[in-house]
Amino acid sequence: VTIRIADPSSQDIFCPHPLPAAIPDPRKEQADAPTPLAAQARRERVYRLFLAILGPLALLLLWHFAVRWALLPVQILPAPEAVARSLVDLATSGRLASNLAISVRRVALGFLIGAGAGLLLGSAMGLSAKADRFLRPTFLVISQIPVLGWLPFLMLLLGIGEALKIVIIAKAAFTPVTLNTLNGFRAVPSHYLEVARIYRFSPWQLLGKVMLPAAFPPIFTGLRYGLTHSWLSLVAVELLASTEGVGYLMVWSRQLFQLDTMIAMMVVIGVIGYLMDRLLSAAEALVLRRYGGSVT
Amino acid sequence: MTDQRAKPKAVSRSLQQRLIRRFARYFGSGLTLPLLILASWEVAIHARLLDSRLWASPGAVIVALIAQVKDGELFDDVAASLQRDLSGFVIGAVIGLSVGIVLARSRLIDGLLGPLLNGVKQIAIFAWVPLISIWCGHDEPAKIAFIALAVFFPVMLNTYDGVRGIDSRHFEVARVLGLNRWQRLRYVILPAAMPAIATGIRLALIYAWLATIGAEYFFASGAGVGSSMNDGREQFRMDLVLLGMTMIGGIGFLLNVVAGRVENWALQWRDG
Repeated sequence: VTIRIADPSSQDIFCPHPLPAAIPDPRKEQADAPTPLAAQARRERVYRLFLAILGPLALLLLWHFAVRWALLPVQILPAPEAVARSLVDLATSGRLASNLAISVRRVALGFLIGAGAGLLLGSAMGLSAKADRFLRPTFLVISQIPVLGWLPFLMLLLGIGEALKIVIIAKAAFTPVTLNTLNGFRAVPSHYLEVARIYRFSPWQLLGKVMLPAAFPPIFTGLRYGLTHSWLSLVAVELLASTEGVGYLMVWSRQLFQLDTMIAMMVVIGVIGYLMDRLLSAAEALVLRRYGGSVT
Repeated sequence: MTDQRAKPKAVSRSLQQRLIRRFARYFGSGLTLPLLILASWEVAIHARLLDSRLWASPGAVIVALIAQVKDGELFDDVAASLQRDLSGFVIGAVIGLSVGIVLARSRLIDGLLGPLLNGVKQIAIFAWVPLISIWCGHDEPAKIAFIALAVFFPVMLNTYDGVRGIDSRHFEVARVLGLNRWQRLRYVILPAAMPAIATGIRLALIYAWLATIGAEYFFASGAGVGSSMNDGREQFRMDLVLLGMTMIGGIGFLLNVVAGRVENWALQWRDG
C-alpha cells in the first residue's frame, strides 16, 4: 500500500503546493509511444484535458446565465464578461503593471532580506551546536508567533509605510528558510563527514565540498516556501495598510463596489501564485537532478 | 598537616568549578538571550532610552495581563477566538473531507473539478477577504467562512492523496464481500486513508488559528484575541499588543500540541 503522507511543510494553504512526485523523462515517454499502453495513456490524457476544460466552462456558462437571468444580483457576483473586461482595462490602462511592479519590488526586497537572514541564522544553528543551543529557543519564540501576530506591533513601531511591508515580508520568508537551512545541514549523512575527515578536509573544504552540496536541496525547498510565504504576506499587508500595490487595488475596488475589478485582481493574484510555484518547482527539479537527494 | 588543609580547599574549588560550569551551562544556553533581551528592555525603559509613551515594559505587560484576567476580558477574548476557530475548522474540515473523498473516488468529477480546484487553490487566501466581506458581511459569518476556507484546502488535498493511495485490492475485497457504499466508506476508505487525513487535520488546526487571527483583523468587530490586539494598536497601548502577541503564540503552541496528540490518538489502532 503506498499512501503518500504529505509532509507538513510541503502543504500549506499559506504555500499550497504539493511537490511533484517524479520528474518525467521526455525520452522515456517517446520510447514508450508505440505500445498500446501508451496509446491508452494518451487517450486518457486527452479525456482528462477535455474534462478539465469542460468543468470550468460549464461553471462559467452557469455563472453567465445566472447573472443574465438575474438569479444572482450583480452586487453579489458580476458577470464573467464584466470581469474579463475589467481585466483588460486594468492591463491596458497600465494600472495593473504599475501596481504589480510596486508589489513585486516589495516582495523581492523583503524576500532577499528575510531569506538572507534565514540562511545566515540557519547555517549558524545547523553548523554549530553551541549557536544552536544558544539561539534556538529565541528563534522558536519568534517563529511561534505568526506573521500576522507581529503586524500590530510593527505598525506601532514602524507606522504603515514601506518599512512595515518589507519587515513583514522578510519575517514571512525568514522562518521557513531558517528551518530548512538548519535541517538541511543537520541531515547531512554522518558518513560523508567521516570520509571528509579521512581526507583531512579543512573546515572550508568541508563546508564547500561536502556540507553545502549535500544540504542544497532542502535549503532550496526552504527558499521556495519562503517566497510563497512572502507573496502571501504581501497580499495580507497590502490589504490592511497600503495605498498602492495589488492588495490595495482590491481594497479600493471593494470600497467602490467594483466587484468585477476585485475578482479580476483575484485572478491576477492566483495566476502570479501559480507562475511563481511552477517556476520554482522547475528550478527545484533541476536542483534535485543536479544534487540528488530527497525533498524534505 | 598541609595535606589536611589542602584537601578541603581542593574540594571547595571543584565545587566552585562545578557551580560555575552549571551556571555557564544554564546561562550559556537558550535562556540567556531571551532573559538578556527582557532585562535590557526593562532597563532601557526605566532609563528612558526607549520612549515609554510607545514602549511598554515587560512588567507592564504582566500588569495588563493581570488586569485583563481580573475583569474577565482575556477569558472572553480567548473564548470568542477559540469558538470561531473551532466552528470554522469543523465546517471546513467536513467539507474538505467530503470533497476530497468524492474527488478521489470519482474519476469523472475529479476530471471536471480537480483542475479548477487546483487553480482556485493558487489564489492567496487573503485575496478572498474582500469577496467574503461582500458575500457575508463583516460579522461572525464572514470570519467563520474565511477560517473554513483556510481549513478546506489542506484537509481536501490530504484526504484526496490518502484515498487515492488506497490499494485497489482493498476495494476488490469490499466488492467480494458485497459491502454497500456506506460500509465501504466506513470499513475501507476511512481507515485506510486515516494517516493522510490525520495529517491534513493537524495542518488544518494550525491554519485555522492563523486564519482566526487574520479574520479578526480584517473583519474587525466583536471580541477576540486578534480584535483586542487591533484595539490596542488603535489606542497606542503597546502593553495590550504585546499581551496579544504572547497569547497568539501561546495558544498556537497549545493547539499544535493538541493536534499532535489527536493525530497520534487517531493512528493508535494501527500499532495494535
